[in-house]
Amino acid sequence: MNWSVLTLVGADQQGIVAAVSKLLFEADCQLAEASMMRLGGNFAIMLRVGHDASADLKTVLAPVVDGMKLHLHLDEDVPASPRHIEPDVHITVYGADRTGIVAQVTSLLASAGLNIIDLETAVGGSAEQPIYIMSIEGHAQQGIEALRNAIKNLADDIEISLTEIDTLRA
Amino acid sequence: MSVLDILAYPSEQLKKLSETVEQVDERLLAFIRDLEETRLSGPGAVGIAAPQVNVHQRVVIVDVSNMKKPCENHGHMIMINPEITEWDGMAMGREGCLSVPDFTGNVIRAERIVLNYMDETGEKHEITSSGFEARAIQHELDHLDGLLFLDRLVSRRTDLFQRKIYK
Ligand SMILES: [Zn+2]
Repeated sequence: MNWSVLTLVGADQQGIVAAVSKLLFEADCQLAEASMMRLGGNFAIMLRVGHDASADLKTVLAPVVDGMKLHLHLDEDVPASPRHIEPDVHITVYGADRTGIVAQVTSLLASAGLNIIDLETAVGGSAEQPIYIMSIEGHAQQGIEALRNAIKNLADDIEISLTEIDTLRA
Repeated sequence: MSVLDILAYPSEQLKKLSETVEQVDERLLAFIRDLEETRLSGPGAVGIAAPQVNVHQRVVIVDVSNMKKPCENHGHMIMINPEITEWDGMAMGREGCLSVPDFTGNVIRAERIVLNYMDETGEKHEITSSGFEARAIQHELDHLDGLLFLDRLVSRRTDLFQRKIYK
């Protein structure tokens, strides 16, 4: 079995996931991890798919790609089992919306060893006073203390909190 | 003593209800010793429930006293016929399970619980547990009712509602 990662992007419309997974199923493909999101009327899904060496995923997915006007990006021959990284820290950031807030926070955290596993941001508040909210799950490669020290240098108008994730094993 | 085989999902045995223990005899005590040895053989397992080794009796072991990051706890507990009588608050946390290898996910649990149980000497206890220990107890008691943390998964997108934050 070969493994590929496919990324599909397009305008959000009902039934994309069902249509994609049906075509893959009918072509005897195997689905592994998938992540999907909607953003401002757009849709993106990433899927890791197992398939025969002979399978041509572009042809398999052509009906939905053409029919729903999606963009398909294919990364072939990715490792079958990517190393599973467990998040050990959760970080919430918020502040008045201004340019550079994400860059500032993430580069500070990266320099202190944070490997971001999952990041989500949103804009809330009113039109006159928007606030920026960001939620990050990651792995602290240099330990949580290094992150705590790093965020002390952050501007005062940005609120940031850091929670250790203690995964229960039972 | 011996390390017992741990059942992994999709074993149907994990979805069965466990029965109330009627008497604590030598046979049960020997089983509890094996159960403990099995728990200790797992990587960093803070708890184990009897049905995970295919014994459908209401027995669990919980011990969160050796966590890397210390938390409030009642030490090593062998619980027979445990029963939660009060639930309070909600907290989200990440869980994994000996019976669900290679996967962890977010689960909402009560932040504080009150529970009754009998220990292996027959003595009855009522304790109030909170935080990580309360989470471990709720996870184990679920096993007695044929539930896995997979039955309670919530989306990672719920993270913004986490209650406890430390700066
Ligand atoms: Zn478990």
